[in-house]
Amino acid sequence: MTNALMASLQPELNAEMPDISPGDTVRVHQRITEGRNERVQVFQGVVIAQHGGKSAGATYTVRRTGAHGVGVERTFPLYSKAVERVEVLRKAKVRRAQLYYLRERQGKAARLREKRFLRT
Amino acid sequence: MKGILGKKVGMTQLFDENGVVVPVTVIEAGPCYVTQVKTAETDGYSAIQLGFEEVAERKLTKGQKGHLGKANAPMLRRLHEVRCKDAAQYTPGDVIKADIFEDGDYVDVVGRSKGKGFAGAVKRHGFGGGPKTHGQSDRQRATGSRGAGTSPGHTWPGAKAPGQMGSERVTVQNLKIALVDAERNLIAIRGAVPGARGSVVLVREAIKRSKA
Repeated sequence: MTNALMASLQPELNAEMPDISPGDTVRVHQRITEGRNERVQVFQGVVIAQHGGKSAGATYTVRRTGAHGVGVERTFPLYSKAVERVEVLRKAKVRRAQLYYLRERQGKAARLREKRFLRT
Repeated sequence: MKGILGKKVGMTQLFDENGVVVPVTVIEAGPCYVTQVKTAETDGYSAIQLGFEEVAERKLTKGQKGHLGKANAPMLRRLHEVRCKDAAQYTPGDVIKADIFEDGDYVDVVGRSKGKGFAGAVKRHGFGGGPKTHGQSDRQRATGSRGAGTSPGHTWPGAKAPGQMGSERVTVQNLKIALVDAERNLIAIRGAVPGARGSVVLVREAIKRSKA
């Protein structure tokens, strides 16, 4: 984005938004409005993909294994205001940008090696 | 009728107050100058002529300079007329900025669509083309029949055929304005707008929604 007008419309990142990368296990806290009630829903899983870099339309996809081993994936906009905060629980050593291979794996095979020494 | 000339900058997305993603086209709108006022008495109809895009003096002809000089306007490259009933309230030299519109207003956007060149009937009119198999050759994107035979003995005027596609005047009606910032000359319009990035567009009050 080279144009100043476009750059001025770039959304601001939520202060509670950490740097995430594929392989991270995260807890996404999302505000949900049901009629007049508002509550926070937590979605915990592994970040399996990120799209769009830092552009206004950027997203990340979180996968978790639900009841009876059913995989659930949700894609959140990086700049979504409905996401209150994101916690990073664990960082894993991965060798792909997209971890779609996890979809075909279950149980032990779907484990990821943890990153022991974090470069900062 | 209100109108302003602008330049299409590009598309992006915003979040509205409910956190819903809104796709928008960013337009650098104005500042425009009123370069001529036409009234029913002098011209037979009522309109204002807008000028947009300042340019070096050497780029204009003597005639253009004279016309702009009469309005006390700077050197402008683009001129466009907008019909309006209340033309008499403007005087040449008036500046029109993006704040003639508000968030939530509905507008029509007029632009020149991207040129596609000389396009075949499949691309230009959505023809199905010919069969891909069963011994066919050279028929995959063919136009097919041009009409009946000896009677009428000619192709009907207006028959859909290959030809120039795009690069024509296109109006998109009833687009909602997502954001206006007159200080930055910015209008963000919900949805897509005709033309390539950098092309000039006219943003005007939606004719199907205006009460007048």
